[in-house]
Amino acid sequence: MDFSGRFSGLRILKEGLTGNKGWGPHWKDATPKEAYDVVIIGGGGHGLSTAYYLAKNHGIRNVAVLEKGYLGGGNVGRNTTIVRANYMMPGNTEFYSHSLKLWEGLEQDLNYNAMLSQRGQISLFHSDGQRDGAIRQGNAMINQGDDAELLSVGDLKKLVPFLDYKQARYPIYGAILQRRAGTARHDAVAWGFARGASERGVDLIQNCEVTGIDIEGGRVTGVQTTRGAIKAGKVAIIVAGRSSKVAAMAGMRLPIESHVLQAFVSEGLKPCIDHVISFGMGHFYISQSDKGGLVFGGDLDFYASYAARGNLPTVEHVMEAGMTLMPAIGKARVLRSWGGIMDMSPDGSPIIDKTHIDGLFIDCGWCYGGFKAVPGSGHVMAHLMATGEHHAAATKFRLDRFRTGQNLMDEEGTGSQHNLH
Amino acid sequence: MRLKCPNCGWRDIREFTYMGAASMMERPAANAPIEEWDAYLHLRDNPDGVTRELWYHEYGCGAWLVVTRNTLTHEVIKCELAEKVAAKAAKKTAGAAS
Repeated sequence: MDFSGRFSGLRILKEGLTGNKGWGPHWKDATPKEAYDVVIIGGGGHGLSTAYYLAKNHGIRNVAVLEKGYLGGGNVGRNTTIVRANYMMPGNTEFYSHSLKLWEGLEQDLNYNAMLSQRGQISLFHSDGQRDGAIRQGNAMINQGDDAELLSVGDLKKLVPFLDYKQARYPIYGAILQRRAGTARHDAVAWGFARGASERGVDLIQNCEVTGIDIEGGRVTGVQTTRGAIKAGKVAIIVAGRSSKVAAMAGMRLPIESHVLQAFVSEGLKPCIDHVISFGMGHFYISQSDKGGLVFGGDLDFYASYAARGNLPTVEHVMEAGMTLMPAIGKARVLRSWGGIMDMSPDGSPIIDKTHIDGLFIDCGWCYGGFKAVPGSGHVMAHLMATGEHHAAATKFRLDRFRTGQNLMDEEGTGSQHNLH
Repeated sequence: MRLKCPNCGWRDIREFTYMGAASMMERPAANAPIEEWDAYLHLRDNPDGVTRELWYHEYGCGAWLVVTRNTLTHEVIKCELAEKVAAKAAKKTAGAAS
C-alpha cells in the first residue's frame, strides 16, 4: 500500500478523475518489535508530535509510539480545538509563542491539511480592574513578539454585534483580540503527525497498553505491555489524564490530580460566530466549527474523576454563562456533550522534564489547555530527549518546581495548590 | 452526583465544595523535612478507582466530610464527618504511643 504519496491539488484532481482509487492509509499500523531506541507511551497529540520531531529534527527514527486504544482517541480527538498564545508568565509566554509559530507552518511542514483557521480570539473584560489586567496581559504578549489588540466596546460591536452589551450584572467593557489565534481540526492534527512520523520510520502501535516500566540500577530498560515486553533506551510518559497511573509503574508520585472537563456542541448552524470568544466573568468560551456546530465549554466539574463524563450542575453553569453572554444561542439545541480527563497540576502549568530515573522522561500537567501546545510540546520534548538539554522555549516546566518553589507559573494568581485552577 | 452528609442526608453536589485528597488531613510536623511537606502539599496518588477526599458542606451544615468515592464510576461509597475521622486517627496514634 502507498503510505508516502504527497497530497497536492493536482493529486486531488487526478484522484477525482480516476474514481479516488489511489488513496491509501495515511500511516502504517505497526506490530511491536523487540527493542527501540525510544518508546513513547501515549499515542495522543503530544506523543505523536514528539515522535515526529524526534524523527524529523533529530534523526531518531527507531521509535515506537504505544497507544492503549486507537490513535488520537483521547483528548486530542475530544477537545474544543482552540489555538492561541496569550499567556503572561515567564516560562509559559515563550513556550506558547513557540507553539503558535509551529502551528503557522504546520500544514506545509506535514503536507497535511490541519484546517488551521486564524480567526482571532476575543477575550472580553467586564470591569476597570479586568481592563487593567487585560492590558498587562496584552503587553506581555506583545513583549513576547506575539500580537494583541485592545478593543473598545465600539470596536467589539462591529465585530460581534450579538453579545449582550447591556447585561446589567456583567457589562462588557472591551476585549483583547489576538488575531493569530483561532482553531484547527483536532483529528487532522493527530493524523498529520502520525503520517509524518510513520513515513519517517516510527512504529505506531495501537491496542498496546503499557502495564509496567522496567528499571535496572536506576536506569529505564524497557516496558511491559499487553503485546509483550519491549526494550527501550529511552522512555517517555506522555499520557495526559493517565499520567499518575503510568508514572506509578516507575514508582513515582506526581503533582497531578485528574479531573473531568466537559464540552458541548450545538446542532449545525449557518455561520454566525466568526471568532473564538471567551467570557471574562465566568469560565465560558465558544467558537463555531466548519460544520456549523457551536463548540463551547466552561469550568471543570472540580472533583477528581477518570469517568470521562461529568455531572449536570456544570452543564447548567456553562449554559447559564453562555446565555448571559449571548442570549441568542438559547435558540440552538445542544447536539452532544462529553467529558475528558485532565491532568491538573498545582499551578495550572505543564511539566516537561527528565525524571530521577535515567532515560525516563515525562510530559504532563497540561490541565485543560493541551491542544494548542501539541506542536510545541512535541518539539521541545523531542529536543530534551535527543540532546538531554531543555529547549530554550521550555526551560521552566520542571517537575521539581513545586518542591523548590522556583518558577511557578500560576497565570490566574490563585495560588500554587491543587483544585485552584 | 449526590453526597450523603452524615448530618443532612443525601444532598445535591451543588451544596458541596471539593478540597482534594483526604491526605490533606495528615499534616507533617512543622520541622519535617521539605520532601515530606512537598509530598503533603503537591504529590497525589490520584487513583483511577476508589479514593478518599475532603468535601465541605458549604451550602448545608458547614461540616467537613471524608468521602470515599470511585473516580471511574462516580459511585459514592462512604461519607464520614472529618472530625470523627480525625479523632479516630488521634486515638490510634495515642494508643500506638502508649
